[in-house]
Amino acid sequence: MAGILGKPMNSIPTIPSEAEAAALDSELKGLIADVLGLDPAQAAAFGPDSGLFGHLPELDSMAVAGLLTEMEDRLGIVIEDDDVDGEMLETYGALRAFAQAKLASR
Amino acid sequence: MISTWTIAGPYGATTDELLVAFDRARARRVLVCPAWFDEANKLRRFTVEVMRRLDAAGIDSFLPDLPGCNDSLAPLGGQTLAGWQAGMQAAATTFAATHVLAIRAGALVAPAHLPGWHYAAQSGPKLLRGLIRARTIAAREAGREENADALMEWGRAEGLMLGGWTLGAAMIRELESAEPALAEGQSDIAQSQLGGNGLWLRAEPGDDSAQADALAGIVAGSAP
Repeated sequence: MAGILGKPMNSIPTIPSEAEAAALDSELKGLIADVLGLDPAQAAAFGPDSGLFGHLPELDSMAVAGLLTEMEDRLGIVIEDDDVDGEMLETYGALRAFAQAKLASR
Repeated sequence: MISTWTIAGPYGATTDELLVAFDRARARRVLVCPAWFDEANKLRRFTVEVMRRLDAAGIDSFLPDLPGCNDSLAPLGGQTLAGWQAGMQAAATTFAATHVLAIRAGALVAPAHLPGWHYAAQSGPKLLRGLIRARTIAAREAGREENADALMEWGRAEGLMLGGWTLGAAMIRELESAEPALAEGQSDIAQSQLGGNGLWLRAEPGDDSAQADALAGIVAGSAP
């Protein structure tokens, strides 16, 4: 269900503006579609619980490396090795929350 | 179109390597320095599609394999950046190239005496970073913990297997500081000039005729 006052329920503590969150959402979906060669409509349909690593056959370790490098380039963030774990890559929502936190801590 | 070329190795030995060429003895002859490793596979078809378009535009082109790549009998682990640079230099002479089109990390071995283009050039450190990252992710998935700094330290001394490619210690040390440099008469072609996204980003090899048209168009249109 939608949160009170139309705010999304999954807001994370850094509280980015809705416009920023929407921009990140579409950037991240576009990036995943580019890297994995997915139909943009398939990526656009991702929800927070959509499975990534271990769920999409295209996403092997080399593709994950490419995805992270592309995230660094396009979002202007630096991803340390220690940041990368199975949880962050498991679902689309986790990856988006990770990117959001990285952007907030720049 | 598909043949071999002979390249001198160290100690006077020679090896035969694969060559894809469109050679009709025309005035403009473009040496193609392809992308490396997994990007070489992802961009192979695209690269040859660009060459087909150059052929149609009246331009010869040559895509030589370097020792250790593709079907080569030479072990990849024994190759060095300096060796590959000398190899591309030799190729330029053998084919009487008038221009060079370097793709991604191919820019690291583009002969400096040839005018031409670096398409989406990639640096050695970026290339290594991607390969190391893929390895640490794969290790983690397999329940092993590998650290990028420790891997690099080992690689500098002993060489490393990265993404299925065996890289010697010398190659790793050279790549750590290898930056593509535009020589006189060479210019960068950014991905944005081709439209769409780079095919090396894809998890699987792909093709994009519009991008091939654009890259061939830039080369054919600006080659003097």
